[in-house]
Amino acid sequence: MSQSLATVAYLGAAILFVLSLGGLSNPETSRRGNLFGMIGMVLAVLATVFGPRVSPAGIAWIVGALVIGGGIGLYAAKTVKMTQMPELVALMHSLVGLAACLVGFASYVDTSLHFQGAEQTIHEVEIYVGILIGAITFSGSLIAFGKLNGKIGGKPVLLPGRHWLNLAALLLAIWFGGRFLDAATPGAGMAALVVMTLIALLFGVHMVMAIGGADMPVVVSMLNSYSGWAAAATGFMLNNDLLIVTGALLGSSGAILSYIMCQAMNRNFVSVIAGGFGAGTPNKAAPGGKAAQPQGEVVAVNAGETTDMLRGARSVIIVPGYGMAVAQAQHTVYEIARILREKGITVRFAIHPVAGRMPGHMNVLLAEAKVPYDIVMEMDEINEEFPDTDVAMVIGANDIVNPGAAEDPTSPIAGMPVLEVWKARNSIVMKRSMASGYAGVDNPLFYKENNRMLFGDAKQMLNEVLAALRA
Amino acid sequence: MPGTSIYPPDSAAQRIGVPRETLPLEKRVATVPDVVEKLVKLGFTVAVESGAGDAADFSDGAYRAAGAEIISDAATLWATSDIIFKVRPPSLDEACLLREGGMLAGFIWPAQSPELMQQLAARHATVLAIDCLPRMLSRAQKMDALSSTASVSGYRAVIEAANAFGRYFNGQITAAGKVPPAKVFVAGAGVAGLAAIGTAANLGAIVRANDTRAEVADQVKSLGGEFVKVDYEEDGSGGGGYARVMSEGFQAAQRQMYARQARDADIIITTALIPGKPAPKLITADMVQSMRPGGVIVDMAAEQGGNCELTVPGKAVMRHGVTIIGYTDLASRMARQSSTLYATNLLRLTEELCKAKDGRAVVNMEDDAIRGLTAIKEGVVTWPAPPLKQAPAPAVRAAAAPMAEKKSGHRHGARSPLPARKLAVVFAVAAVLFACIGAYAPTAFLGHFTVFVLACFIGYMVVWNVTPALHTPLMSVTNAISSIIAIGALVQIAPPEAGAAGRPDELILGLAFAALVLTATNMFGGFAVTRRMLAMFRK
Repeated sequence: MSQSLATVAYLGAAILFVLSLGGLSNPETSRRGNLFGMIGMVLAVLATVFGPRVSPAGIAWIVGALVIGGGIGLYAAKTVKMTQMPELVALMHSLVGLAACLVGFASYVDTSLHFQGAEQTIHEVEIYVGILIGAITFSGSLIAFGKLNGKIGGKPVLLPGRHWLNLAALLLAIWFGGRFLDAATPGAGMAALVVMTLIALLFGVHMVMAIGGADMPVVVSMLNSYSGWAAAATGFMLNNDLLIVTGALLGSSGAILSYIMCQAMNRNFVSVIAGGFGAGTPNKAAPGGKAAQPQGEVVAVNAGETTDMLRGARSVIIVPGYGMAVAQAQHTVYEIARILREKGITVRFAIHPVAGRMPGHMNVLLAEAKVPYDIVMEMDEINEEFPDTDVAMVIGANDIVNPGAAEDPTSPIAGMPVLEVWKARNSIVMKRSMASGYAGVDNPLFYKENNRMLFGDAKQMLNEVLAALRA
Repeated sequence: MPGTSIYPPDSAAQRIGVPRETLPLEKRVATVPDVVEKLVKLGFTVAVESGAGDAADFSDGAYRAAGAEIISDAATLWATSDIIFKVRPPSLDEACLLREGGMLAGFIWPAQSPELMQQLAARHATVLAIDCLPRMLSRAQKMDALSSTASVSGYRAVIEAANAFGRYFNGQITAAGKVPPAKVFVAGAGVAGLAAIGTAANLGAIVRANDTRAEVADQVKSLGGEFVKVDYEEDGSGGGGYARVMSEGFQAAQRQMYARQARDADIIITTALIPGKPAPKLITADMVQSMRPGGVIVDMAAEQGGNCELTVPGKAVMRHGVTIIGYTDLASRMARQSSTLYATNLLRLTEELCKAKDGRAVVNMEDDAIRGLTAIKEGVVTWPAPPLKQAPAPAVRAAAAPMAEKKSGHRHGARSPLPARKLAVVFAVAAVLFACIGAYAPTAFLGHFTVFVLACFIGYMVVWNVTPALHTPLMSVTNAISSIIAIGALVQIAPPEAGAAGRPDELILGLAFAALVLTATNMFGGFAVTRRMLAMFRK
C-alpha cells in the first residue's frame, strides 16, 4: 500500500471517528456511532499494518499483541458489572497513558530518525510532552481506579503545602525539559527523561489523591481528556495526522465533559483539580453554619407508609444517586417504577449531571435495569416539573437535592444547581442515616415539613416497598 | 428546669375531657375516635361527653370502641378531667365548670374575650389558645388549627357558591350549545383563599385571585388560578402570615381593580381579614349592583363584619339579583372533616406537651411554639407572648432570589455568547500565540498544527451535541478510540529502517509490543463495553 493510499485511509478513519462521536447525540443513533468507531479503528490499523511504515517482519508480532490484548479487553468488557463502569474506564485510561509513555521512550531511543535544527528540538519537545502527559494519565488513572473501587479511601488526602508541591513538580519538569533538550549524549537525555517521568507519575498520584469521591466525575473526564492529548502529542512526535486529529477530538471531548461536570457543581475547574473540597469547607461553613441551621424536625416513615404515599400519587419522580449504585438497587427501582406505571401513575427519573461517580453513571445503571430512556430526564428538563409532582423519591443522594444550594447564600454549596425535590408535594429521602453528604453540608431538605425519611439500606428498603406494592 | 412545670403534682396519668360544643350551629367536636386511640397510646385516659360527636357523625359507640369513656353529663366531665379539649371558646358558665388548676386547649381569642380570660385566670387554669400559635414557625404548622379550619372553610365556600349558582362551573360544549366556564374571583389568598382557588379551579372555573402580599402570586398560579395585581407599588406582608392595612393610594387602586373584577366575575369569594380589626369593606353596594344577575358572593369574613357592604352575617340574602352568602359556620358545615383535622392538630399539640409519652402534659415555656399559644399559665396571664426571637428574616429570601437567577444564568452560560471584552482578550492571546508559532516553527510542524487546531474545534462542536444520558458511553467510546495510539506502536514494531546501524531494534520492539498489547486491550475492551452499554438503552 502506498503512502498516499494510507493517508486517504487515515482521512476516512478520522471522519468515521467524528461520526462516531456525533452519533452519541441520541440513543437511537448511538449504536451506529459505536460501529463507525470500530470501522474507523479497523481501517486505521489495517492501513498502518499494510502501509509503508511496517515491514512484513512485524506482522507476527502485531497479530500476537492484538490477540493477547484483544482477548483481555473482550473478557473484561464482558464480565464487568455496570456499577463498575467508572473503575473500568479509569483503568483503561491508565493503559492509554502507559502506552503513550512506552511509545515516547521507543521513539527517543530510535536513532534511525534524523532531524535538523528546529525540527529536532520540536521532535524532542513532542517526545517530552507526550511522555509527561502519558505518565500523569497513567498514575492518575490508577489512583482514580483505586478510589473508585474502594481500594483507596475516597477521602481527599491533603499533604501540607500541596499547591507548592505541585508548583515545584511543574518547575522541576520544565527544568529537566531544558536539560533534556541540551543533553549532549543520548544517555544524559535519557536520565532527564526518566527523572521527569518519575516526577510526572508522582504528580499524577498526588493530584488525584487530593480529590474526593464525589468530585470523581470531573477527574475521570479530565483523565479522559488527558489520554486524548497524549495521543495527539504522540501524533506530533510521529508525524501522524490521524493520531493528531483523533487525539484532539478526544482531548476536547474530555475537556467539555469536565467543564459540564464543574458547571453542575458550580465550581471552577481549577478548584476541583487543586483538590480537597473538604479543606475549603470548614472555613466557609463556620460563619454560615450557625445562621443556616435547619429548622424543623425529621419525620421518619417505614416502607409501608412509603408505599401508601406512592400508591396515592398521580405522578412520581425518582432521583437516584450514588447510594443506589452502591446498594445495586437499580433493578428493584425499575420493578417499583414498572408497577407504578401499570397503575397509571406517571413515573419519571431525574438525573443530576454529577450523580454517581462518572458522567452519565446513573443513566447507564438505569438502562441496565431496562428503564426506558424516554422517562429518564436531565436536571434542566425536569426541574420545572417538581411543583406538579406528588411524590419525589430520593434514593441515596444528598448534596444534589440540597435546598440550601438554592435558598441559603451562606451555604458552602450555594449556587450549585440542584434537583428541586422539595417543591414536590411530598418528598421521601431514602438514606442509611442522617449523615451529611460528600460536601459535609447539613441538608435542610430533611427538615422540611413535606419531607419524609426512610432510613435503612436502600436495597432492603426498596425490596420492602416492592413487596408491599405487590401485595 | 426553669420555665417547666409538671401539672398536676401527682404522678397518675392525666385525663383528657371532650365536652359537647354548646354554641348553637356548632357541629364540630374537639376529638375523633381515631385520635382518641393515639391519645391513649400517649398514656392519657380520654373521656367524651355523650353525644359530643353526634353532629359530626361520630357515635358514642365509636368513641367507646377507640378506648374513650363516655360520660353523660357535662358537669361531671368537666369536674373529672385534667385537660379539656374544646373547639369554640367556653362560655362563661362553662368556664366555671373547669376544675381548679385545670388545663384547657382550644380556640380562645384572648383579645376578644377579656372577661373569659379573667375568669379562667381566677381558676388558676393553664390555657392553651390554639389561635395564638406562632404560625411562622414551620415546626408549629402541624398544630395550626387556624389553617386547617380555614382550608375546610375555603373548600366549603366554593361548594356553597356552586349550590347557589345556576350554571356549570366548567365550560362545556354540549349538543344543546356551548356553555362558557364560570368566572370566580377570590379576594385574599390566605389559606382559605388558596383552598377556594384550588377547589374552584378543579371544578373547571376560570379563577382569578388577588392579595396585597405579592409573594403569594406563585401559590395562586400553582393551584391553577391567575394572580391579578393591583396597579400600585406596595407590599402588604404583615406579621404572622397576615396582611396589613394599606395606604390610601393603594386602596384607591385596589377599589378600581375590584370594581373591574365585579363586573366580570360570576362568583366572588372574599377572605380578607386584618388581625384585631373589622374586616375591610372591599365590595361596595355599587359593585354588587354591577354584577351579572345570578351572581354569587361568598363572604368568608362575615363574622368580622364582612368584606361586602351588603353581607348579613350568618345568612344568605339576595341583593340586586346577587346571592350574598354570609355564613359564619362554613367549617362547621363540614363537621366530620374539620373535626378530624382539628383533632389531629390537638393531637400534635399533645405530643409536643407530652414528649415522654407518659400521659402527663408538660408546658415548656422555653419552646417558642408552646410559649406562643400559652395564654394563661397556672392562673398567670401570659398573653400576649413576646415576639419570636428568630422570625424568618425576609432579607435572606430576597438575597437568595437574585442568586437563584444568577445560578440559572450560569447554567446556560455554556451556550450563551461570551461577553465582548472577554472574547477580545481570548482573541488577543490566540493571535499572539499564533504569531509566535508562525515565526519560529518549521513548515512541517505547521501542517500538523493546523490539523490539530481544526480537530479541536470539530471535537468541541460534536461533543456539545452529545446528550448527557450518554456521557458514560461517550467516555468509553472516546477511550476506545484513544487506542489509536496503537498506530504509534505499529509503526515502531518493524519499520523499514529496522536493522539500521545503531538502532536498538530489540528494545524498541519490546516497548512497542508492550504498548500494542495495552492499546489492544483498550481498543477491543472499550468498543465491546460501549456496545454492551448502548444495547441497554431502549425506549
